[in-house]
Formats: sequence, structure tokens, C-alpha cells
Amino acid sequence: MFIEKEIQMAAYLFASILFILSLGGLSSQESAKRGVMFGIVGMIVAIIATVLGKGVEGQVYIIAAIAVASVIGLMLARKVEMTAMPQLVAILHSFVGLAAVLVGFGSYLDPHTHTLTGAAHTIHLVEVFVGIFIGAITFTGSIIAWGKLDGKVPSKPWSFKGLQAMNLVLLIVCTILGVLYCKAEGTSGMLYLGIMTAIASFIGVVLVMAIGGGDMPVVVSMLNSYSGWAAAAAGFMLGNDLLIVTGALVGSSGAILSMHMCHAMNRSFFSVIFASGSGNGSGGEKKAIEGEVTALNHEEVAALLKEARSVVIVPGYGMAVAKAQYPIFDMVQHLRKAGKNVRFAIHPVAGRLPGHMNVLLAEANVPYDIVMEMDEINDDMPNTDVVMVIGANDVVNPSAQDDPASSIYGMPVIEAWKAEKVIIMKRSMSAGYSGEDNPLFYKPNSEMLYGDAKVSVEKLMSFLKA
Amino acid sequence: MKVGIPAEISPNELRVAATPKTVKRLQKQGFDVYIQHNAGVKANFSDKDFEEAGAKIVATAADIYGKSDIVLKVKEPSMEEVDLMKEGLVMLSYLWPAQNQPLLQKLADKKVNAIAMDAIPRISRAQKMDVLSSMANIAGYRAVIEGSYHFGRFLNGQITAAGKVEPAKVLVIGAGVAGLASLGAANSLGAIVRAFDTRKEVAEQIQSMGGEFLTVEIEEDGATSSGYSKEMSQAFIDAEMKLFLEQAKEVDIVITTAQIPGKPAPKLWLDYHVAAMKPGSVIVDLAASTGGNCVLTKNGEVYTTDNGVTIVGKLNQLPAQASQLYGNNLCHLLDDMGKAEKWKIDMEDAVVSRAMVTHNGKINWPPAPLPVSPTAGGKVKVVPPTAEEQKVSDAEKSKKAATTTVISLAVVGGLLLLVGAFAPPEFIQHFTVFVLAVFVGWQLITNVAHSLHTPLMAVTNAISGIIVVGGLLQTKNDLSNPMTILAGIAILVASINIVGGFVVTHRMLKMFKK
Repeated sequence: MFIEKEIQMAAYLFASILFILSLGGLSSQESAKRGVMFGIVGMIVAIIATVLGKGVEGQVYIIAAIAVASVIGLMLARKVEMTAMPQLVAILHSFVGLAAVLVGFGSYLDPHTHTLTGAAHTIHLVEVFVGIFIGAITFTGSIIAWGKLDGKVPSKPWSFKGLQAMNLVLLIVCTILGVLYCKAEGTSGMLYLGIMTAIASFIGVVLVMAIGGGDMPVVVSMLNSYSGWAAAAAGFMLGNDLLIVTGALVGSSGAILSMHMCHAMNRSFFSVIFASGSGNGSGGEKKAIEGEVTALNHEEVAALLKEARSVVIVPGYGMAVAKAQYPIFDMVQHLRKAGKNVRFAIHPVAGRLPGHMNVLLAEANVPYDIVMEMDEINDDMPNTDVVMVIGANDVVNPSAQDDPASSIYGMPVIEAWKAEKVIIMKRSMSAGYSGEDNPLFYKPNSEMLYGDAKVSVEKLMSFLKA
Repeated sequence: MKVGIPAEISPNELRVAATPKTVKRLQKQGFDVYIQHNAGVKANFSDKDFEEAGAKIVATAADIYGKSDIVLKVKEPSMEEVDLMKEGLVMLSYLWPAQNQPLLQKLADKKVNAIAMDAIPRISRAQKMDVLSSMANIAGYRAVIEGSYHFGRFLNGQITAAGKVEPAKVLVIGAGVAGLASLGAANSLGAIVRAFDTRKEVAEQIQSMGGEFLTVEIEEDGATSSGYSKEMSQAFIDAEMKLFLEQAKEVDIVITTAQIPGKPAPKLWLDYHVAAMKPGSVIVDLAASTGGNCVLTKNGEVYTTDNGVTIVGKLNQLPAQASQLYGNNLCHLLDDMGKAEKWKIDMEDAVVSRAMVTHNGKINWPPAPLPVSPTAGGKVKVVPPTAEEQKVSDAEKSKKAATTTVISLAVVGGLLLLVGAFAPPEFIQHFTVFVLAVFVGWQLITNVAHSLHTPLMAVTNAISGIIVVGGLLQTKNDLSNPMTILAGIAILVASINIVGGFVVTHRMLKMFKK
């Protein structure tokens, strides 16, 4: 049973519309679930329409592969903990990259390719080449990103002088290889294609290695964008509009998401992606930090919380690491029952993935109307009695506002120091991801509370209940 | 080094310059603390409390002034007290240097190094030693408490079985520290609170304390570079008086806090204002000691006028609380001056040089001006461009933007033409679709909520698994064909991505709830 090409096209158009609705649906909480349903239906329509199309062979293998993959995918998605979400997303990106590379090679081997002539042939070869190039970068880049997020690869930026120059040379080499490969007869360009794939894979590794852990949210969304472009390139080589539309949607949405995030960090998009130095610190003398770090114990902090009327919690990656979101929400509920105004303040780049904190808080059933964004809460800071900074650092660093020599100068931050009292829960006095020292800790109204966030919050809870 | 604390001799002064808590703190700073017998009695601190905290009790004031290196005091010393002081003594107390020239001269003659706590400059660094703030805070709070005591009704509105009670209306004049403290206290008791100040910049602070900012429609700002208010023009005062008259008919409690340093308090609440008030209303005049903001205020007295308005000209100072805060302010200053170990009178220091009104036999008053303002925050103000300049630069900007747009459109158009000239028709068709889809994606994502970024990414990730279509199209019946193997793996990984991506997004979204 085959369907006509026209019907297949119509089905593709329908799937494209569903994908657009799916992405559009994710712009608000209410319509997000519907958005996912649109996406799933679109995907099913697309796959069925393709498989039923004329000229498709090997249905047995197709069904087998999809069945096995579905089981693996389900298991992965069910098993993963919300704190490990960034890793999962990163590794899934690498799959798309790998698929793009494989499809590219497949297309090159396809005898049909070599029946083309003239400009059409050249353009097709270029499409294959570009598709594989993007796919390979996405593949290895995502694997490194996964490693960094999972702690398997050190999250410190790994870079050296001349990195950019090297990348440029490699890019030129790839272009030369591309020209040679286009001129090769039949499938004899395979060697060039192989070398290029290796180089692209290497570039992917280097690109992501050079980016610090703090910029990971941008990298992950950038890789997301790359995986879209890879799909679009595959669409060109196969002459398939559905792939082109969907790839372009994903590619451009990923790109704008990355730009949003760079904007939130006050970093130039290119300086993040090409890892050219961290931030825009104008150099010069760093401001000396005045004051002393003072610490409180859990009992004293609990007493402060009992007296406070308005509390703001600023969570960061430390909360995710300690999986402290559940005890935190218990504490928040306890405080709210006592009539206190307790809210969360989320910095756009807190965590390792855009919106990471929101997902974790949602996991602990925190209602999203007490979760505020930075801009919503900053004006309220002077009226806040206690700010609890839980495992966050750079996002509450006052240097971003008053120290032009700081590498994070100009990044919008949560103005925790304007509150009456700031409690900073931290494991030690180490610097944040940016490596910047944080003058907030030295302010007279700041107190440290050392220890693992989860254990600390549980202790606080026991004192609050006492 | 020895720190001595004499008993206050004025009968109205209930405070003491140290409490058992600050005595402990002083010892931590390395000082030996001597305190006069019964110095803390009026503030409810017994000699025993002080002894337990580690202070030594001394019988007479002469011992304190004669043997200490540093003397901590609350009220300015009397001439007799100055006579007891030894040369080189450092004395910290209120001094009101602008009003007390003869006292300054006498202190200088005695070579006493006197620090006027009321002359600490009002800069951020010195806030912790600013006694005016800490004492004004108490006064502001107490003004509301005493005002409501003399006012015979609830402050908050209530609807009870016995009937409805209207909330009281409180007007605070002058939104300095005392005024703001009053606002906060009255607001938390449930009253309707309004505040008047000549400085426009405090409007936000008033609103932040839950008050309504009252103002007159005349363009004049009372802010000065010293952080205090200045005296205003006649037109302004007329408008102000008119506003007060309207308010007088309405409000139940008036708290006045307006003071101008070194001058008698401005007269803001005149006899006809008092006459206009309802019987039973209350005026609390925090400026009573400098003459009062209300013309009818009697310093140190509480009385009721013929038309039934109670005027409060004296406040309980909350001596224990006030002593504690005052003592802390003193400790902070001693901290800043190097504690016992590195004690130094640093006349280069911005705080010490201004508060040290007599030094080595010389009068050091008035000090060099130190401009501060709540808005400027001690930093240099950036002059905003005038409207005209703004217009010009805006016009230039939009002109530039237009030029860039034209150029980039021309470049894009040229490139597209180039593509059209060489590419086969099929490519152009795909290319059109591609470019349009890029724009759609761009528009779609621009307004996604931050909190949904992770689900969005997971979903776009799942959707990018559409590359599976590529694999599907390449699979052959023949398993030995390398294309089939490549396509098979592509389908496998892409499908993992699709299923995993959608399931995980679904899981995440299930958790978001209101």
C-alpha cells in the first residue's frame, strides 16, 4: 500500500503546521502540554507518510529499528532524574548529529546522486558535505557538553593561544577538501569526506571544551540549534521540504534562545560561541573587597526566618546538586503557613540549562506563581527581610554592577544585598563558575551558612518546627 | 586603655552611654570599662548587671573624668562636668556644636578632644554610627505609640458585631528616619498613613513604607547636597499651609518631625491648623526640643487645647532600647578608630575629622562640607542629555539604522540573485521554504517564558529527530547494502531522540502547576 506523492506532500504540510503549533504552544504554561501533543502527532504523521511513500524499501528493518529505539528512548526519559535533565538533552542532541552524518554518507553512496549532472550535481554534493560537517560538530560537541554537565569532563574552560587561528586553518582545510571532493568522480571522494568528518568532529570537541561551565546553558541551546541546521541540510540533500522546514524551525529557534540567554548574561553571542575570552571585563585594577565574612549556625538562621515577614529564596546550581528542592519547598510551605511572604527569585541563567531552576522547583510541586523572575523581584529587594541564597553565586554578585574590572561586569544580577539580611548557603568559600570572588559574602548584612544545601535546609526545618 | 561612662546628670535624660551588652563588646575591643555608680538605673540597668558584664563600678563622676582615656556620654556635658575633665581626654557625646559655641570653647580650652555624635556625617560608611538615625528610629516608633495612646480609638478599621470602626488617619510631616519609622509603625497598626516632605526624592521611600506621598503643585525641591532639607520659598510655604489646612480637617493624628540642623524647628502647624482639627485628635511634635513644629507645642508637656486636641511635646525615650542602640553606635565608632590596640585619632578620616569638633585645643567646627544625597549615593551624578540633544542623537541613530538596513537588504538581495542565476529551479524552491521557515521559527520563540526554556529545548530536540525521515528514505531491502546499515543506525538514534525528547518534555510539563 503506497500513497501518491501529492498526498505525501499534503501530509508533510500538515506535519509542518503541527510542529509550528507545537513550538508556539510552548510559549505559555497553559498551552505547553497541548504543544507537546501537537509535536507528537506531527511526528507520527510525518513518519507514516514517509514510510508509506513510493520507493521506500526495507520496512522490516525500519519497524525493527523504530521499535528498539522507542524502548531505549522511553527507558532513558523515564529513568532520568530532573537534576540530570541537562545531560540528557545534550546527549540527545548528539544523536541528531550522528543521524545527520549517517544520512549524509548514505546520500553520497546513493547511486541516484551520481546520475545528476552539472550545477544540480555540484549543489547536491555541497549539501551532503555541509550536512555532514554540521552533523559531526553537533555530534562530538554534544558529547563533550554531556561530559561536562555530567562531571565526566572538567567543566573549566580548556583553551590555548591560537585556538581561533587553528579553527580557522581547519575550516580552510575543510573547504579545500570540499573542493577536491566535489571534483572527484563517482564515490571516489569518500576519502575527502572521511577526513573532513574527522576534522569537523575535532572542531566540535575543541569548541565545547573551550567553553566554561557557566556558559553551558548557551552551549546546550546552541547545539540544539546546530542539530536543527543539520536536519535542514539533510532536507536539502534529500529534496525533502518537511526536513527543511522542521530543521529551519529548530535551528532558528535554538539560535534565538541562545541569543536571549547571552543577553541575560550581558555577553556577546560570538564571544560565548567562539570562547574568545570570558566576558567584557575592561581589565584594570580589580576593586579590593572590604569587610569580613561572618557565619551563623542553623539555629540562628532559623530564628531569623521566624522573625522575618518577607523571605526571598535565590536558588542556584548548588540546589540542583544537593537535590534540595524538596526540603526547600517543605520549608517554604511551613513559612507560608506562618503567614510569611516567601517567594523564589530565578535568574535567567541560574543552573546549567535555561529554565533549569524552574524545572527543578516544578518537580518539587512549587506553584509557579511564587516563582519570580529577576526583573519582577529586584524592585522588592529593599522591602525583603531575609534573602536565602542557596547554591547560587555569580547571579547575586554585586561586582556585576559596581566593578568594571570584573569579568561579569554589566551582567544583570539579583540584588540580594539590598535586603535587610542575606543568608548564603554554601559548601565552602570557593568562587562561582565565573571564578570571580563575590563581595556579597563580605557585606555587613551577609551571613554564611556552611554545609550541604539539603542537610542544612533539613536542619533549619527542625529548628523552625521546634 | 580606659573607657569611662559617667551617670547623666540631667533629670530628663534617662539613657546611658553603655549597656551590659556594649560593655562586653568594649572589652572585646580591648578596653577596660569603668562605669559610675547607678549610671544605668534610669534605663533599668543595675550596677550588678554591669559588674557581671565585666565593668568596674566607680563612685564619682570626678573619677570617671579624671582617670579615663575615653569617656562615653549621652547628653552634652555641663560646664561643671567639663571642669572635671583631664587634658587629652577623648569624649563622645551629643554636643549640638552649632548651638553650643561657649561649650566648644571651654572644651577646646581644656584640650579635650570632643567628638560630637550628632555631627557624624551622614554617609553610607558612617551609618552604623549615626546616632541621629538610630534615635530618630525610636522616636518615630514611639510617636505613633504615644499618639495612639492619647487618641481614644482604634487605629485600624474594624467591622465587628458591635458596629463598624473607621480606620484612623495619620499624617506624618517630614519623611526623614523618624518620619519613615512613624509611617511604618502606624501602617502596621492599620492606620491610613500619609506623609508630607519638601524633598521629592523621598516619595518612593514613603510609598515603600505604605504611606501616601502628599505634595504641593509647585516646582521646588527641598533637597540639599547635605542630605537635609532646606527652607522653602514663600509661595511654596503658602501652598503647603493650604494643604495642611485641608488635611487638618481630616486626619486624627499628626506627627511632625521637621528639623533643620542648627536652627529652630520650622513652624509648620499653625494655630488655625490646630483649630481646624476634630476634638480628640492628637499632635505629636518630635521637634519639641528645638521649639516645635506646631506653634502651640509646649516642650516637655502633654496638654489638651480648648478645642479638644491633645498636643504631645514629650516622648518616653525607651531608655533601655535607646541606650542599647546608642551604645552600639559608639562601639562602631571606636571600632572604626582602631579599637584599643591601634587607637588613633585620624584627622584625615572623613568621619572622624568632621565629628571631632575640638582637637588639640582648637575648635574644628563647622567642618568642610561633604555632599551626600539619597539619590546620588555619594557618587558623581551623570548629567542626562537635554531633550534637544536626545532628539538629535535619536534622529542620528534612526538614520544610521535605516542605512544599515538598506545596505544589508541590498547585500541579501544580491546574494539571492546570484543563487537564482546558477541554482537549478528545484533548489530555489527548497531554499524559499527554508528561509521562510527560519523566519517562522524566529518569530515563534521570541516570546517564550523563561521558565519554559528547558521544556522548549527538549521539544525542539525531539522535533529535530525528524531527521529520521532521511534514514527512512534511504533504507533498502538489501541488508548487505551499506546504505541500509547507515540508514538503519540513523533511524535508531533519531528515534531514540524523538521518543526520549517527547516523553521527557511531557514529564517536565506535568510538574508545572499553579
